[in-house]
Amino acid sequence: MFARLVQLRPWLVHLRSGDWLVMASGVAMCVGATLLLWQGDVPDKAIVRAGGKVVAEVALSTPRFIEVDGPLGKTRIEVQPGRARVASDPGPRQYCVRQGWLTRGGAVAICAPNHVSLTLTGRKNDHDTVSY
Amino acid sequence: MTTTPSVTELPVSADDHRVARLATAAIVLTVAEAAIPLPLPGVKPGLANIVTLIVLSRYGWRDAAWVTLLRVLAGSLLLGQFLAPGFFLSFSGALCSLGALGLAVHLPRRWFGPVSHSIIAAFAHICGQLLIARLWLVPHDGVFYLAPVFFTAALIFGVINGLVASRLLGELDTDPLPPEPL
Repeated sequence: MFARLVQLRPWLVHLRSGDWLVMASGVAMCVGATLLLWQGDVPDKAIVRAGGKVVAEVALSTPRFIEVDGPLGKTRIEVQPGRARVASDPGPRQYCVRQGWLTRGGAVAICAPNHVSLTLTGRKNDHDTVSY
Repeated sequence: MTTTPSVTELPVSADDHRVARLATAAIVLTVAEAAIPLPLPGVKPGLANIVTLIVLSRYGWRDAAWVTLLRVLAGSLLLGQFLAPGFFLSFSGALCSLGALGLAVHLPRRWFGPVSHSIIAAFAHICGQLLIARLWLVPHDGVFYLAPVFFTAALIFGVINGLVASRLLGELDTDPLPPEPL
């Protein structure tokens, strides 16, 4: 009996042509909803702050390095098309470096000991977090 | 001296018996399904909808509506969910899917079978639930973040339930109906 249930052919005869159409529309809705709701904001700018003041505001279009001086030394920020990261920082725990590449609008890497932060901004201001 | 009748007779038609019997089948599936552990709250197969689909095909929308609403009511009473948030989510989902089925049943039968009905009802169900959840339970657009998961579940379980309903309908049509229990 179970062998009959796992065969595909007896099930397929129950699908009429319109059913395939409805199934395809369902798949399209799933894909559409995923793309619409799960695609983070695409960032277009990186803002670098030191001691609370904006020291650089660059478009995420051409690769470049930005060096910022803080109380502990130099923080190097690497910008590439569509993303940015803190490449090196003199801070003791390296949290902002280990965060790696930031790729979404609203993402922030903070090197607190050196008073430097890197923020990506997108077209719309994304919220930091959503809690349920 | 007048006597008041101590027993009030409610006339019960054969239709009522049939609806009650089918609703019972749906309630049994609802209770059985509640025992299945599921990874995410809100995602469940909705096996009772197989009964709804069969009733819709054999007896029409009115009976399907009766069976579904009785199932939601009695199922929630049995599971201790009556008037809890889960009940309102089921109820709004059921109303939306019944509304969608009312339209879907007019699609030409030659091309659109129970699988179409099932998928359409499943999507309407999840939309109704999300709407109630957004308006009342979680008044934040964050609930829609889970919509792709719910849609995917609706599609998968919609197809499976529709196929099961279609196959059962096929077997019911070829086998003679069992004798009506009294």
